[in-house]
Amino acid sequence: MEIVDILLSAAFWTAVLRIATPYVLGTLGELVCERAGVLNLGIEGIMTLGAMAGWMAVYQGGDLWTGVLVAAGCGALMGLLHAVLTVPLGLSQHVTGIGITLLGTSLSYYVYRLVLPQASTPPTIAPFQPLDLPGALAQTPLTYLALLLAGAVAYVLYRTPVGLAVRMVGENPAAAEAQGLSVTGVRIGAVMAGSALMALAGAFLTLSAFNAFFFNMVNGRGWICIALVVFASWRPGKALLGALLFAAFDAFQLRLQQIAGGVLPYQVFLMLPYLLSILALVLVARRASYPRALMIPYRKGER
Amino acid sequence: MRLEPRAHAPLAIRLLAPVGAVVAALALCALLVAWTGAPVLRAYGLLVEGALGSRFALTETLTRATPLILTGLAAAVAFRAKLWNIGAEGQLYMGALAAVVLGGELLNLPAWAVLPLALIGGALAGGVTLLGPAVLKVRFGVDEVVTTLLLNFVVLLLVSMLLEGALKDPMGMGWPQSAPVVEAAELPKLVARTRLHFGLLLALALAVILWLIDTRTIWGYENRAVGANPRAAAFAGMPVTRVMLRTALLSGGLAGLAGAAEVCGLKGYLTLDLSPGFGYSGIVVAMLAQLHPLGVVGAAVFIAGIFVGADAMSRAMPVPNYIADVLVATSLLCMLVAGLLARYRLRRS
Repeated sequence: MEIVDILLSAAFWTAVLRIATPYVLGTLGELVCERAGVLNLGIEGIMTLGAMAGWMAVYQGGDLWTGVLVAAGCGALMGLLHAVLTVPLGLSQHVTGIGITLLGTSLSYYVYRLVLPQASTPPTIAPFQPLDLPGALAQTPLTYLALLLAGAVAYVLYRTPVGLAVRMVGENPAAAEAQGLSVTGVRIGAVMAGSALMALAGAFLTLSAFNAFFFNMVNGRGWICIALVVFASWRPGKALLGALLFAAFDAFQLRLQQIAGGVLPYQVFLMLPYLLSILALVLVARRASYPRALMIPYRKGER
Repeated sequence: MRLEPRAHAPLAIRLLAPVGAVVAALALCALLVAWTGAPVLRAYGLLVEGALGSRFALTETLTRATPLILTGLAAAVAFRAKLWNIGAEGQLYMGALAAVVLGGELLNLPAWAVLPLALIGGALAGGVTLLGPAVLKVRFGVDEVVTTLLLNFVVLLLVSMLLEGALKDPMGMGWPQSAPVVEAAELPKLVARTRLHFGLLLALALAVILWLIDTRTIWGYENRAVGANPRAAAFAGMPVTRVMLRTALLSGGLAGLAGAAEVCGLKGYLTLDLSPGFGYSGIVVAMLAQLHPLGVVGAAVFIAGIFVGADAMSRAMPVPNYIADVLVATSLLCMLVAGLLARYRLRRS
């Protein structure tokens, strides 16, 4: 049976981990922002910027880890912009996020075209190579970094004072303020850290998965991460699981496409991940326990 | 220092806010232009000339503004009712899809009916596309931002599938494009020997009608009340769910009409690059207009001018035309801040 063969092959699970990496990083990033009470719809643009900035740093002669750092830094800066507009100024998180996405995307394309005015075939770099390990363990370092970060985010959120502060400003900012915490400061910090993770998700695409930057290469992955956060009910462990499940499904449909490609147009298979995300949202919406202060701006002394 | 709400924002301030935002955005983007080494003032001069400098430029800008007015209205009516429709791009393509099917040779509708049917069908297709997420929102509490965003990708794949399958033009030399609509389904040109078509008048009329509905009817009053405070509106006996669904149909319908008008008025057939992000730019248009239907017209012409002008400018200078997208995004963020300053004032506490 072909389907069983697919699920048992090491190549399949190698692909699952590879496909899951940007979703793991992006979902963790969005999760950190939302746990602090800030919806970050800038994710799609921040991922694009991370992909472009990381690639560009390497293309200009930096080494690969410099590229990763540059991407994270750019992500944190975009996060700072989003946080300043939505936290102290209390602007609509929906519209600001869309603005950040438009800015991140257009800025990436502008800079790319400026540096490479007439590149018809995108120039390439030497990307991260898979580690010399057997079977599905042969992944690039960024995949391992993503898995480590899932553990780290869970640890920080639930086992450290910083994590407690982040969860508190997302649930009950007035109580956090009464404890002497700066709601504004914690939220800005969380959004910056989360946005840096999103940018890493983008950088994985250009530094590990491929070796070049393409327009539209993020292709809705950021929006899927937002759905995955809801699906994971804002828990890092479940987010990792959700991202892996989603990636397994994606890898499976890619292989199914090769088998059943003659019967159904390939677009049907490509639609499935998006439809699956919507379905997942519908299934969990009823019992979603979102952070109580999500999307509610906090102004000192205002009730 | 703290922010204090203004009891009443004078019209002058409300009009000044978008102007201030645009000036700030132009100043910020001047840094990006200067980075290329091009003279900033000359670059902006060329941009304005490219957008407004000749009869041709002006008609091009208005042609570009037509779908932007419609998607801007789509965003404005939805955002007013706090329905976060970010899926205008997908709804636009559904409208375009309906228009090529209804206006195509396949159905061969009677000549007098084909144009109205293509436009109405386009609007309906767009409206129904948004109705899905709206029903999920009111029925299951599913956040409509993510569902409308994800549907954009589904719709584009659907269009791609049909353009390579059932709707593929046999005369299209293998390109993924549909067969053209019949001649009777074409919107007449507004100015001879230009691309400007009657869709503009349609969009303008709809802006005025929406403004009248908004200010003069119970419908508009209910929409605003539900947007301002759905709980209070429900206590006042307003049918909140029905208002939401009706707003979804209207908003999606406007975006669908934008797609149908692009097909019937400008392109004549459907391709995957029908819209360079009109759905997303519509959000910026609506915000610059502060969600006012008549303001949408001005904001749409402005945004269209930036896109048309930047194309002309980038032909003459080494500034990539993506500067237009950066300008539009920066304008949106600046407008959010300007809107805040219009609604609040800074007080020393």
